[in-house]
Amino acid sequence: MATRRFSPREIARELPGKLHGSQVWRSIFRPGSIFRRGYADSPRNRAYVVMNSLLYHLHPVKVKRHGIKLSYTLCLGGLSFFLFILLTITGIYLMFFYRPSVEAVYTDMQNLHTTISFGLLVRNLHRWGAHLMVISVMLHMARVFYTGSYKPPREFNWIVGVVLFLLTILLAFTGYLLPWDQLAVWAVTVGTEMGGSVPVVGNQVRFALLGGPVIGPETLLRWYTLHVLFLPFIIVIFISIHFWRVRKDGGISGPM
Amino acid sequence: MPTPDEVFDQVLAEETAKGSSPAVAQARAKAARVRAQRGSANPSKPDPSTAPAPKRDGATAAASGATAAPAAEAKPAAGTATKAAPKPAAKAAPARKAAAGNGAVPERVQRLLAVVKPEAIQKVERQPMDRVNVWPHLMAGEFVALLVVMAILTFFSVMVDAPLRELSNVNQTPNPSKAPWYFLGLQELLRYWHPQVAGVTIPNVLILTWFALPFIDRNPSTRPDDRKLAITLWSFYMLTFAVLTIIGMFFRGPGFNFIYPWEGGIFFEL
Repeated sequence: MATRRFSPREIARELPGKLHGSQVWRSIFRPGSIFRRGYADSPRNRAYVVMNSLLYHLHPVKVKRHGIKLSYTLCLGGLSFFLFILLTITGIYLMFFYRPSVEAVYTDMQNLHTTISFGLLVRNLHRWGAHLMVISVMLHMARVFYTGSYKPPREFNWIVGVVLFLLTILLAFTGYLLPWDQLAVWAVTVGTEMGGSVPVVGNQVRFALLGGPVIGPETLLRWYTLHVLFLPFIIVIFISIHFWRVRKDGGISGPM
Repeated sequence: MPTPDEVFDQVLAEETAKGSSPAVAQARAKAARVRAQRGSANPSKPDPSTAPAPKRDGATAAASGATAAPAAEAKPAAGTATKAAPKPAAKAAPARKAAAGNGAVPERVQRLLAVVKPEAIQKVERQPMDRVNVWPHLMAGEFVALLVVMAILTFFSVMVDAPLRELSNVNQTPNPSKAPWYFLGLQELLRYWHPQVAGVTIPNVLILTWFALPFIDRNPSTRPDDRKLAITLWSFYMLTFAVLTIIGMFFRGPGFNFIYPWEGGIFFEL
């Protein structure tokens, strides 16, 4: 039996169609997905793109026209979220090469700068991204104030937003210690001394945070755990509530 | 007691006189007639004006009121009922079950499938908003914003390296010692005031004010013209902290003493 041979060009032409029509492909991408065969830019498919995908947890099918104007939101909330994801990814990469013990940490930092592939670049992305996230969260808060978006029915989401801002600061601050150089340790010393002057509980809180009266090996391990596990866990919960309430409170605020 | 049809005419006239659109007026009149019919078909229940039964929601109570009282009074009552309706509607099922439990065999267990807000049925005058599809209009914009920020951040990360000073040394305090930049405003305040004030009272008051803000600012308007005080105060607050932070960053040298960065140099690292 003579089997037909396909030239590479034919394969290149036929394969995408075959693949996109296959059962495996269609089981992954639901109807209306732009990755399906024969996606047509119709109103129905535009609705399906959102409705039939994970995106539906984040975005409604339609939004108010004024809400997509860059001048209204400046995209600041979305950018904060994007930076959070970027920081998660770069942070995981950094975790591969970082040991939170006083003996090893500084060597690991130096290796990150010198021998590890992309180590310095990823560290730079993580650090500058973190500063940028603090700024974008602050500006997002300011934008929400100026558009009056904290007014009913969005009072609770403003409160969730304040919690997110505080968590962002805490994440930035706990991360600041981790390089374990002079800059990090003394900045954290100055920062935590402010907390120590809280009446009654100040010194206890400071002791619990530092794992001792002054910054030491326990502090490093403690802040590392807070930075890579505890605070991200908490912030993800609050981010979810924040996004959910945006939808439940009627989508984007305004127009003014 | 007026018949349902009389109620219909009464409410229709009332609504038309108020200037509602014909569709809205007719809808409200119809709703009032249905409520009046229900009220007259069930004479055994007690007079709602004296003792409203717990299981009956505000809407029916208001409707029965409309049958007895002049429609002018019924209208505001119906207005409140529209708002109060969802909660009693959700409560109605357990109340019915309790009633069935008084000796008789429970007929059927009701499951709450959905709560339909009354506005969805009655609020005809809701303005249609100008809406656009999230795909592609919003998502394209988001994607471009993401790419732009990623590009800027990557470029910056390639050009500027994150600082890494020498290994930490507890016995050697760098001069000056500065907190991370987001705390520099507070550290600057510590120069002027006692730690109890600058380090404790002010941050706590600030945080509490943020949390309470939606409940302090009772002004319902979001138009900038109506919110001059709020916008002024917030801008003043932001400006103050920006100035304090910038002073802490660039205008503080050894011993955290005031310097000009163009004379003494910059003692600050991000």
